[in-house]
Amino acid sequence: MGFSIPDQSVASWRDLMKTRLLAAGLATIATQGMADTPVLTVLTYDSFASEWGPGPGVEATFEATCGCDLQFVPAGDGAALLARVQLEGAGSQADVVLGLDTSLTDAAAATGLFAPHGVAAPTGLPVPYDDPLFLPFDWGWFAFVYDKTKLSSPPTSFEALAASDLKVVIEDPRSSTPGLGLLLWVKAAYGDRADEIWAGLADNIVTVTPGWSEAYGLFLEGEADMVLSYTTSPAYHLIAEADDTKAAALFDEGHYLQVEVAGKLAATDQPELADAFLQFTQSEAFQSLIPTTNWMYPAVPLAGGLPEGFDAFHPVKSLLMSPADAAAARGPALDEWRAALAQ
Amino acid sequence: MALGLALALLALVLALVLAVAWRGTGLALGPADWAAVRFSLVQAGLSALVSTVLAIPVARALARRRFPGRGALITLMGAPFLLPAVVAVLGLLAIFGRSGLLNRGLEALGLPTVSIYGLHGVVLAHVFLNLPLAVRMILQGWLAIPSERLRLAGSLGFGPSEVFRHLEAPMLREVLPGALVVIMVVCLTSFAVVLTLGGGPAATTIELAIYQAVRFDFDLGRAAGLAGVQLAIGGVAALAAWGLYRPTGFGAGLDRRLEVAAPAGWRLWGDGLVLGAVTLFLTLPLLAVLLRGLPGLAELPAQVLPAALRSVLVALVSTVIATALALTLALESARRPRGLIEAAVTLPLATSGLVLGTGLFLLVQPLATPMVLALPVTVLVNTALSLPYLYRVLLPETRALQADYGRLAESLSLSGWSRLRWLVLPRLARPLGFGAGLAAALSMGDLGVIALFAGEGQATLPLVVGQLAGAYRMEAAAAAALLLVTLSFALFWAFDAGGRRAAA
Repeated sequence: MGFSIPDQSVASWRDLMKTRLLAAGLATIATQGMADTPVLTVLTYDSFASEWGPGPGVEATFEATCGCDLQFVPAGDGAALLARVQLEGAGSQADVVLGLDTSLTDAAAATGLFAPHGVAAPTGLPVPYDDPLFLPFDWGWFAFVYDKTKLSSPPTSFEALAASDLKVVIEDPRSSTPGLGLLLWVKAAYGDRADEIWAGLADNIVTVTPGWSEAYGLFLEGEADMVLSYTTSPAYHLIAEADDTKAAALFDEGHYLQVEVAGKLAATDQPELADAFLQFTQSEAFQSLIPTTNWMYPAVPLAGGLPEGFDAFHPVKSLLMSPADAAAARGPALDEWRAALAQ
Repeated sequence: MALGLALALLALVLALVLAVAWRGTGLALGPADWAAVRFSLVQAGLSALVSTVLAIPVARALARRRFPGRGALITLMGAPFLLPAVVAVLGLLAIFGRSGLLNRGLEALGLPTVSIYGLHGVVLAHVFLNLPLAVRMILQGWLAIPSERLRLAGSLGFGPSEVFRHLEAPMLREVLPGALVVIMVVCLTSFAVVLTLGGGPAATTIELAIYQAVRFDFDLGRAAGLAGVQLAIGGVAALAAWGLYRPTGFGAGLDRRLEVAAPAGWRLWGDGLVLGAVTLFLTLPLLAVLLRGLPGLAELPAQVLPAALRSVLVALVSTVIATALALTLALESARRPRGLIEAAVTLPLATSGLVLGTGLFLLVQPLATPMVLALPVTVLVNTALSLPYLYRVLLPETRALQADYGRLAESLSLSGWSRLRWLVLPRLARPLGFGAGLAAALSMGDLGVIALFAGEGQATLPLVVGQLAGAYRMEAAAAAALLLVTLSFALFWAFDAGGRRAAA
């Protein structure tokens, strides 16, 4: 049993401080009063659970109907999530894992820790995706983001990028999911020629960062002309900062997809609640939170359409390896990548 | 007791690595792993060497010159060391990056630009972070040379080179090995700095290989094997430093403050140049951190405050425990040098943060919900990780204390609390204050372990900085980072100034 924190959006910071101080020391005692409300524990990545992600909205909406206490446990980023699931094993307190992507689901399925979700596949993805264990809740296209005021004619393919003297910053495929996504993108688009593409890109890559936020931060500081991010990144700047200078370069080879999924842990002690939550991820209430809090596309088409900026950069072709192919491709692709860049 | 403490520390580190190894299968390391080991050694060795060698002239200039702002400059020396890695990197990039001050200047002059990315950038960042620490450690050594010896040197007509040979060189011989080791070991486990500035997979460290092993391959055996290699290097380095140690044998002075005439002429200009250059090198990136953070300060989200409070509490508790432990160990080590203590005290630094966190998680999970123990676990890890610095700072002073006053104290039967009250604390106030300040600031910044444990509403300030940056809110993240740095620096300053005042 965990412990509960009052709704943070209502409480003033003074109240928060009092509560948090108590919670820090007396976490176990604080739970006593709520012992009869069932608790649904959802293991997710930090930015989903954080104040600025979909977490608080999802929690409020789901708790309004479930008669339960929904608790998010942040576990670092997407890659840390799978390690966390494996560390906890069958003894996990969590009922649902939310935020793995399809480059990780093969390994996640192999743990045998997940149970079928039984929910019909969502229809809002650009490619059909149906997995008995993992239910998509949002998705996005990887893309190189640039500043329109500094770069007027962006490259239209990896080959054009390699031929240019543009500088890009990318994430490391060994520590981050966008980095791994780029690796699979090049592999899916070029197959056996992938190493050649990487060799061509070597002089364009300023540096390789541990995660997305470092890379994006470097780009915003002017360290690179482009950064590996998502086609929806410009929409963040447009909507949250009224800044329309950012754009995503559309590549002719197509864009690799990141499909984010949720799964039910077989060892859950709240199977009905977990099922109800997975069903809830497909609802309008959940899905409508996704674009402007998680800055991804909803997995189910929204009744009111997408917010402005989300239609601005629409690749013509989507690339996605099956989880098994992605898992098989990762090792050799990583060796190619390392050999091409470690000069 | 000290031996028991050292054993406990050793047991903690080894138990955590073993807990991870236990869950893995096999410890085989591939060729890529050994390449990572080689690169880690090269970058850490170079970083430590450059930091300490450059620190010598800076410390000497600070020791022998008096000028307005000297105290402020010495305090400022604490600042870079306590910057979170990512913040430090962004500060350095504002000066040395592709669109940084330096390259814009070069462009304006029509000169070719320089790239910071690569091994040299990694070393530059590590020197920025660790040079100040080395300066402070060496400066302590200079200040510990009894003024009577300098006066004697003066009356014997020693020139600067004789003073160096007979007084300064033995002092350096005593202080440098410790400084070298602590900086090398901390650079060995450096992760974000090396990856971000390394420029690509050629700059792969052991820590990154551990990340890959844990996160994507879930190969805990390999992770533990890599962590073991890292520990072995740290242990060897610690024992080497211990083996290199030679006491100066200056004997006790009367603590009289007397002005020793500093050499004039070109040496005065040289010292000025050294101090000016190092001040620029340290303050420009710090200024950039300040400027980046200021715009977002007004709109800091509310949850930053409770997180900040939590961080300060964790830091204070960790500091008290770490200072008490380090003092015990350093006093014992001065009385009877033991390789075991040296190694035990250095190893926590050489432990991979990720393996430490994972090991703790594996040990705690069967016993309790990890979330419930998030803050105690953070205190434990902060204590273990700041202990090595504190110990290194205290050790030269406890050795001098033992050599100069040990027999007197024995003959007076001065022991226990009264020995602490009347001998140890007054004489060690300065290094204790500095060391405690370092420990507090380090504990503010620690992030690696809390990330695995923190539940809702338990985030510390560094974690909130990461969350903001992960949600596109770079300006707010920069502001929260500025708050983190300011608080760390305030804690550091409070302890350091307190120690210096008590010593005066």
